[in-house]
Amino acid sequence: MDGNGTPPSPVKSIGVPLPMVDGPEKISGRAQYTSDFYDPSALAGAIKRSTVAHARILNVDTSAAEALHGVHAVITGSETDEGHGVLPISRTELPIAHDKVRYRGEPVAAVAADSIEIAIKACGLIKVEYDELPAYFTAEEALSEDAIDLHDHREGNIERHVEFEIGDPDEGFAEADLVHETEYHCAEVCQVQTEPHAAYAEYDGERDELTVRASTQVPYYVHLMLSKILKMPKSKIRVIKPYIGGGFGCRTEALNVEMITAMLARRAKGTVRTVISREDTFITHRGRQEQTVKIRMGMAKDGRVTAVDCKTIQRGGAHSGYGIVTILYAGSMLFAIYDLHHVRYDGKRVLTNTPPCGAFRGHGTVNTRHAFENAMDEMAEKLGLDPFEVRRINLIKELGFTASDQWINSYGLPECLDVVERASGWRDRIGNLPPGKGLGLGCSHYISGASKPVNWTGEPHATINLKLDFDGSVVILTGASEIGQGSNTILVQCVAEVLGIDPSRVKVVDADSRVTPKDNGSYSSRVTYMVGNAAIEAANNLKGVLMEAAARKFEVSPEDVECLGEVYRAGTQDEGMTFEEVVMAALEGTGTITVKGNFDTLPESWGGKKYRGAAIGGTMAFSYAAQVVEVTVDPNTAEITVDKVWVAHDCGKALNPLTVEGQIQGSVWMGMGQALTEETAYHDGLLISGNMLDYRVPTFVDSPPIETHIVESNDPHGPFGAKEAGEASLAGFLPALTSAVANAMGVRVHELPVTPDRLLQLLEDKEREMRAATAAE
Amino acid sequence: MKSYLSLQVNGRQRDDAVSGNLLLVDYLREVVGLTGTKIGCDGGECGLCTVLIDGKAQHSCLTLAATCNGKSVETIESLGDGGRLSAIQRGFHEKLGAQCGFCTPGMVMAAEGLLRENPEPDEETIRTEMASNICRCTGYVKIIEAVQFAVEELKSKKEAA
Repeated sequence: MDGNGTPPSPVKSIGVPLPMVDGPEKISGRAQYTSDFYDPSALAGAIKRSTVAHARILNVDTSAAEALHGVHAVITGSETDEGHGVLPISRTELPIAHDKVRYRGEPVAAVAADSIEIAIKACGLIKVEYDELPAYFTAEEALSEDAIDLHDHREGNIERHVEFEIGDPDEGFAEADLVHETEYHCAEVCQVQTEPHAAYAEYDGERDELTVRASTQVPYYVHLMLSKILKMPKSKIRVIKPYIGGGFGCRTEALNVEMITAMLARRAKGTVRTVISREDTFITHRGRQEQTVKIRMGMAKDGRVTAVDCKTIQRGGAHSGYGIVTILYAGSMLFAIYDLHHVRYDGKRVLTNTPPCGAFRGHGTVNTRHAFENAMDEMAEKLGLDPFEVRRINLIKELGFTASDQWINSYGLPECLDVVERASGWRDRIGNLPPGKGLGLGCSHYISGASKPVNWTGEPHATINLKLDFDGSVVILTGASEIGQGSNTILVQCVAEVLGIDPSRVKVVDADSRVTPKDNGSYSSRVTYMVGNAAIEAANNLKGVLMEAAARKFEVSPEDVECLGEVYRAGTQDEGMTFEEVVMAALEGTGTITVKGNFDTLPESWGGKKYRGAAIGGTMAFSYAAQVVEVTVDPNTAEITVDKVWVAHDCGKALNPLTVEGQIQGSVWMGMGQALTEETAYHDGLLISGNMLDYRVPTFVDSPPIETHIVESNDPHGPFGAKEAGEASLAGFLPALTSAVANAMGVRVHELPVTPDRLLQLLEDKEREMRAATAAE
Repeated sequence: MKSYLSLQVNGRQRDDAVSGNLLLVDYLREVVGLTGTKIGCDGGECGLCTVLIDGKAQHSCLTLAATCNGKSVETIESLGDGGRLSAIQRGFHEKLGAQCGFCTPGMVMAAEGLLRENPEPDEETIRTEMASNICRCTGYVKIIEAVQFAVEELKSKKEAA
């Protein structure tokens, strides 16, 4: 109570723009990332990679490498016969290729040596004899009739063919006033997180135990795969996730880097540190696949979509990775954004002799959303409708289940549209812009965590432990992976809010398998939603303990205790007890307190059974986004400048508006990279864009202002009403950009990235056609 | 062949024997033990390794350690204001100029170099002067806000003094 007799009130943490709790460490250089671990006794690991795209390995001669002074271990594909992979049904990728290599750059051997120079030299001394096989660098080549199979268990090089029909598409097309078919091609892109992959493995020969630090988004999947690959009991392995320099999906599966480093450490009977190059980080890949999307859409005169037929082919690369999941998302995520009833989908994931693709931010949804939104705009133009009008007439009418059985409990897309329409001045500006300037609109959505985990074990989706001790601090023990998205900050805010205490009292210990409860990791935008809910439950449990302790001291029943955060009291006139006094009361007779909170998804969210794999796309909550992009196109060079982006993202309750904005801006910008410049390029399977310059990562000068609006639809099941904030805003940029360019120049580019040469070609074609038409008159 | 290197690192005198091909970034991280400076690429692509050499922002991955003889090198570890964050660091913290933080040390040092030369850059200048530093998390929006925050902080500090 202060001097005026005003009781203290619980501290507000939710909805507050709290800077990240681990900001000072990162900003002062104290944060330790995997490659910052050095030990004088650590050996340097290096990976020898295949120089051919597809071949049988006839022989690997390591004798010269082993004889080199300073070399402590040389391993080849014979080190393990166990495969790794995401789904239990597709764990066929070997950390080091054994009898066959399937892409240029696939590991064929690895060395641990006294220095990186010696390790690289030893790699050069390893002789690999190949019997080359025909290699396929496009989906078309891999699907051709005479193509040989990359994997024996995948006939015709089809990793997965997904077909479904929901509703009655034929009837839907019959109902349409306009039926239109269009095709879009999206180049392969890579995450290019700033931290190259690294692993640091310490093998304890006395105990036959292993400690691995790795740059991963999924330390517990790494743990699982290490146990499988090394054939070591899980209890003898400890995985620690240090600070992580981004991921955007390329680290959502265990990568060969950490498995190879662990195998080297065991073989060398010591500590091995492997940091791979930027080029090799590109080759390790797991980016977004090259993809062709064909959309046939039926539309009524008023803009209502009556039917959709989507055919897509993805070039998945040489191994499964997340491929099966990706091709399922590409279909299921056609739903849950607009009111669709009649949909046919045919998706093929194809195996090719290129590095394996994976789960890039916006996983599975981005390229199909790009084609879908463009198709809507193409048809709107033909029907003389405004892009906003077409989106609005297709909005979902009521919450509940989609035709595909996906569960929608909150839907802020209508408001997102209103906000960006107003903010961009669309109504007044569209059609009245000077030559070379254009506006475009794109909508997108994403899941807040997949409602079924890839490893189904029966455990809850998320578990949080809270530790309370004599010092009066509340320690969150979480396996969730802070990778820069701010998940530790969100967990602190959730716990502090429930207890009403100052967030500086709450500390986080994260992602160390020896200490923290297991967590599936940071992917599918699951952490805020799932782990946040678990944190709230744990904090409520802790609050219950504290209320009881205070009640004992006050000699009242717990219901009569009032929690004011830093003060607990029994009656309004009572001075009460400080938080620290209540903590000491709670510890009496029991000592250190640990409580837990769990989260599980509701069965309604598990997706339907309308086709095999329909569970992919099930979630407790969908987030939504709309964005308007403004461009200026130079009529002579076709160079595109993005002048500004207005984006609105429905993230439910914004638990931390500052970090939510950061996530939205990062998503929009990453969409811009894919739309305008980024592309991996191969020559006969050899990566020729393996650096940030040739890959063309946008810089400060290429990047627009992004006016960011938060729409709060408040999800009934989300933590304090929150949904995901870090993925949905990516996909909408792509179609908004192509539509803005079409608005500016009258031509729509169907290939990504929209490079000046592609646009210039279309502009020249258009001019030629116009001249020919004039001449004919 | 090793050569004798005598320089100041974050204001401390150091004398080492270094190989002619040792990069400054490897010298700082592996010899001195200052791991705040990061490596994000295979050479000159990303700016993560930016440090100040005689007060100017430079890529330490494109600099041979031996060429720094007699010079003064400043890294992220040198910044701070009486045990707390410096104005630029505070801007990065409060405006969320850092997400994953891996580009942050280089980004902060690039901003430090910029503001020493030009204490009141406009947005255009910030964009061009920092264009050799790559970030994949922020879209640069909040990094610009962070630098602008620092500009204002330093201005009001100067006025107060």
